[in-house]
Amino acid sequence: MSDRTPVIELRKVDKSFGPIDVLHEISLKVHKGEVLCLLGDNGAGKSTLIKTLAGVHQPTRGEILLDGKPVTFTRPKQAQESGIATVHQFGGTFPLMTIGRSFFAGVEPTKGFGPFKVFDRKKANAIAVEAVQNFGITRIDDGDRLVGGLSGGERQSLAIARAVHFGARVLILDEPTAALGVKQAAHVLRIVNEAKRRGLAVIFITHQVMHAMAVGDHFAVLIRGAIAADFRKGEKTREEITDLMAGGQNMADLEAEIEGYMETHEGHPPPIAQPAE
Amino acid sequence: MTEATTTTATTSGRPGLDVLGLFRRPEIGAFAGLVLVFCFFTYFGWDRNFLSPLAAASWLNFASTIGIIAIPIGFLMIAGELDISVGAMVPAAKIILATATGFYGLDIWLGILITFSLAALVGWINGMLVVRTQVPSLIVTLATLFSVAGLTLFLSLYLTDTTQLALRDDDTRPVVEWLMGSYHTLQLGENGPTIWRGIQSSVFIWIAMAVACYYFLHHSPWGNWIFALGGDQESARNAGIPINRLKIGLFMLTAMAAALTGMCETILSNSASTTTQFTLIFNTIIAVVVGGVLLTGGFGTVAGIFFGTATLAIVQQGINYTQFDRNLSNLIIGIMLLIAVLMNDTFRKMATNWSTGKKK
Ligand SMILES: Nc1ncnc2c1ncn2[C@@H]1O[C@H](COP(=O)(O)OP(=O)(O)OP(=O)(O)O)[C@@H](O)[C@H]1O
Ligand SMILES: [Mg+2]
Repeated sequence: MSDRTPVIELRKVDKSFGPIDVLHEISLKVHKGEVLCLLGDNGAGKSTLIKTLAGVHQPTRGEILLDGKPVTFTRPKQAQESGIATVHQFGGTFPLMTIGRSFFAGVEPTKGFGPFKVFDRKKANAIAVEAVQNFGITRIDDGDRLVGGLSGGERQSLAIARAVHFGARVLILDEPTAALGVKQAAHVLRIVNEAKRRGLAVIFITHQVMHAMAVGDHFAVLIRGAIAADFRKGEKTREEITDLMAGGQNMADLEAEIEGYMETHEGHPPPIAQPAE
Repeated sequence: MTEATTTTATTSGRPGLDVLGLFRRPEIGAFAGLVLVFCFFTYFGWDRNFLSPLAAASWLNFASTIGIIAIPIGFLMIAGELDISVGAMVPAAKIILATATGFYGLDIWLGILITFSLAALVGWINGMLVVRTQVPSLIVTLATLFSVAGLTLFLSLYLTDTTQLALRDDDTRPVVEWLMGSYHTLQLGENGPTIWRGIQSSVFIWIAMAVACYYFLHHSPWGNWIFALGGDQESARNAGIPINRLKIGLFMLTAMAAALTGMCETILSNSASTTTQFTLIFNTIIAVVVGGVLLTGGFGTVAGIFFGTATLAIVQQGINYTQFDRNLSNLIIGIMLLIAVLMNDTFRKMATNWSTGKKK
């Protein structure tokens, strides 16, 4: 395996749900030690794309290659076992379970042997607590607490810590910074850089240009399920990226438009119910 | 990134007995309810010997017929599903066993095997329908409840020309009688004290099952899957838990538990009838809810279900040992259920806010 073989590659992947085509001929490559930022408007198909990589959905057409070899994941477990860890956009934790149990859901550590394997609560709690504390959330010191008692950001951090713990080769983060405070968001970015340094391939979804620019080596913009732009770091300016993220509309134009409206309407912003385009 | 996880984290040193920690356990509420109900009937049933071994046998025997089914129903409810087809599965199992062994003269072991297999098939169908169609399990199992009931009645008449079948003792084997359908009495010595009297085999099966299921739900990795499934199905799927197989498995377990109850009753009473047991459906659900299982899934314990079943049985049977009208037992159960549901909510909130580190 040469160093230039991408860790994960998509070739002309299509995904449709019945009659609805969500992804159209997506081709992407992510190399070892590289961060791919996936950008795009709401509903562009970003989450669908990473769910396809995580084994939640199967592509309708096209193929996924891991280390240059075609793979098909029929279940999320298979993707996990191949070293792909994903933090999905919503959820990822279980409100009425303890921190330790939630962290290890699906991959429980056990002790004992044969049919008498039992869930190793102590070990699970210790690892989970350490993983979240490493995240800068030092208020969590008891793995027996229920996840439902944590704040939204703490829960999000728990989910990310979990993926980082289990992601051996590929780490996929779907809007991980959405619920996080400035400090924790910065920490996620640091983690992404750390993962990159360790040679993982990272796919990072965000709506914040700042976050994307801070870690991305390579950017792909999805518009209505197709790749509209694919460029490397430094090839486009921040303004150009912002425009692409807004679905191809020129943000500067948009702002000017709003300002113009406000001038002619005694300072009121335009009504919200405007048809798109 | 797994290297960074040598187990050095700080699990806070827990004080010996944690009173607050106790209160976050849903079975504590169920246990308190059990004690309360037990005291109530001890007081009002004093003159009529509510505390006698015979009275104990009466409610324990009744509890076991609900309890064996209530535990897997509880699992399903924790996983966010429901199964009401057990009301038809119990008589179906009775008829299958009585037809195979009593009518066609097959060996009792073979009859048990056939009954379990057919029950597993019904459970599998329930599970497949729920998983494939995404129709709420209440509706799916309502459909199978009627289908199985109808099929049982039809086949019973078609094959044996009757809806009441016999299963004589010499059709079975002594060991099976002893294991599944006898009354057991334990007396210490010739004239010593009676430890128990007239306890059905199914009581011991119920207790053994509760122990096994306790281990399964709270200590095996699969138990964790059930909680995860009920907590957030999408996340559970994404976490790599085979949620479809797990659900189908739980439906199969429930149907087989119902079959076990039906077979025990048949071997004990030497007869089987096709009558659908609608009250049993309600009883199992009440036992589970009174036991502290959250109706919306994700929360519950085996101990709680066990206590809930015992409480329900004491109210239903204990009323006969008091001066009260028998019909009042349903009133008590209704009130109890309401209190339990309200309490469960409080307990869940307490559990969520609980933390050992919070002592300021
Ligand atoms: N299971 C599904 N069945 C049918 N349509 C779906 C399904 N999942 C997603 N879609 C559709 O696919 C499109 C893309 O959804 P997706 O969640 O991938 O968007 P996204 O880019 O992640 O958006 P956001 O930025 O809001 O998270 C949406 O129009 C959505 O309605
Ligand atoms: Mg999304």
